[in-house]
Amino acid sequence: MIEAAGIRKSYGYGENKTEVLKGVDLQIKSGEFVVILGASGSGKSTLLNCLSGLERVDDGKIKYEDTDITAFSDKELTKFRKDNIGFIFQQYYLLPDMTVEKNVRMGADLAGNADYKEVIEAVGLSDKLKKYPSELSGGEQQRVAIARAIAKKPKYLFLDEPTGALDEKTGRQILDYICKLQIERGFTVVMVTHNGNIAETADKVIKMNSGEISEIYANLKRKTAYEIGW
Amino acid sequence: MLIGVKDILKLFGISIIACCAVFVCTLFLNYNIDIAAIKDEVTTEAGKAMYDAQVLMGRMVAGVSGGCLVITSVVMLLFYVKNYVETHGKELGILKAIGYSDMKIAKYFWVFGLSVLVGCVVGFAAGYSYLPKFYKAQTPDFQSSVPAVSVKFHPSLCLLLTAAPAAAFACVSVAFAYIKLKTPVMNLLFERQADKVKNRKRNDNNYAFLKSLFIGTLKNKKSLVFFVAFSAFCFSAMVQMSYSMNTLAAETFAYMILAIGLILAFVTLFLSLSSVVKGNAKRIAIMKAFGYENGVCGRYVFGAYRPVAFIGFVIGSAYQYGLLKFMVAVVFANVQNVPSYTFDIKACLVTFVLFVVVYELTTYLYSLRVRKLTIKSIMTE
Repeated sequence: MIEAAGIRKSYGYGENKTEVLKGVDLQIKSGEFVVILGASGSGKSTLLNCLSGLERVDDGKIKYEDTDITAFSDKELTKFRKDNIGFIFQQYYLLPDMTVEKNVRMGADLAGNADYKEVIEAVGLSDKLKKYPSELSGGEQQRVAIARAIAKKPKYLFLDEPTGALDEKTGRQILDYICKLQIERGFTVVMVTHNGNIAETADKVIKMNSGEISEIYANLKRKTAYEIGW
Repeated sequence: MLIGVKDILKLFGISIIACCAVFVCTLFLNYNIDIAAIKDEVTTEAGKAMYDAQVLMGRMVAGVSGGCLVITSVVMLLFYVKNYVETHGKELGILKAIGYSDMKIAKYFWVFGLSVLVGCVVGFAAGYSYLPKFYKAQTPDFQSSVPAVSVKFHPSLCLLLTAAPAAAFACVSVAFAYIKLKTPVMNLLFERQADKVKNRKRNDNNYAFLKSLFIGTLKNKKSLVFFVAFSAFCFSAMVQMSYSMNTLAAETFAYMILAIGLILAFVTLFLSLSSVVKGNAKRIAIMKAFGYENGVCGRYVFGAYRPVAFIGFVIGSAYQYGLLKFMVAVVFANVQNVPSYTFDIKACLVTFVLFVVVYELTTYLYSLRVRKLTIKSIMTE
């Protein structure tokens, strides 16, 4: 379980100081698929970065089971991310001079996962192993990013607008891969999006507004990526 | 203004190398022109032999050092132009998209030549003001048999060493920018590197990610490989040469060579290491997000250049040995009382230890910059 209590985060100093998170409390159960929904500037990406240990909070606590990661040193936090966390970003952030296989191995080698090719197969890219990112479409690049994150065998997967740069058809396909892999492998998913329709694929939705949680609700039934509107 | 003052200031490395090249060339070429005036007054055999040796040495030093530094400056300039086009792909792509021709944009790159002009002017002024001391150091052996050489100003040499290189470098910048701007608009806008991929050999090896990273760091940044090797080369050659110069020539020469060598070594090393950090910022930030430790990122990115630096050091040692051996055996063959020259193992070892300490310390300082890289910093780019 991820438990956040009283998270505060600001950027800038003095007159330019902006409080992005104004005391956020939340709980995410293990194996849950959670969507953080909000408009641009609502603080959802900052919340994701803080929860995943990419950024430090100014105040508050973030606990994974009973481990408080806000008390970790940089080194401990890096090790924690290495052992537990996977990331997928809107801009993919693949290494341009490495093939699909090498990009996936970046995640797989960290977990000592020798079966990384099975993950590449799961996202339908077995025939693109030796291709470079620039030779792939946006959807294919995002599938490589998914494979890279999953190959690391994470307990928690954090996604920042993973379909934000994709067209509807490809976006649905990517979302479908993520949902299927989550059900199949049982890891916890925390996904940020501004698209209310995508929230229907989640177990739980956390709505953000101006740095605060405005609403938390559970979906009675998770819809598939092909059942939602876009 | 397409290229700002800040961009020009980043070319200080070229200015410093141009300054060193022109400084050396001013000393030896001005001296060669001036001693030509007293050629007929040298009548003794010993004086003639010394005269010929001085002329030949002047030509050789100006040719080898000047040539070597010019090649480095050109490589550095091309590196900067390429880097500028790659990092400003969006702005340049937009200009191309709205109808600016490649040549019209490339013409703005002439300002890169200004960095060379600044370096050359400073180098010439420094060299010219140092000439009296230099003449004194050059001629003590045969001043008794020939009249003293006086310093004269040669406008044609001044133009040749200042305006001409600046103009040539401005032309090179424009021409290379024109070639780089031939990249399709969409590739510039989205910072794609499609053309590179076409020519890239398929990577079929089964290396682990970190080993691939290690190899890829070297393969993909060839200009940086050159600069790291060159900085080690300069350090090795110039420090060892200055050590030998103490016995072979005047002490002033030794200090001059040492100073130029250290300046070149540090400028190129700093330039290449900061480019290594900048060029690998994205991959390091991603790796760190995934859980790779700072030490691992630094080791595999900077560590790749270590063997290159050692190769540069070995080449530098061989170069200085060959050059000095040639000087003594050929240039000063007919001159009396020239001490014999053998490879100085002690100087080599001391220089090597010094080099390892300097290189590792500099790399460590740069690896501290790696620690500051975060995924947030590349997201907000």
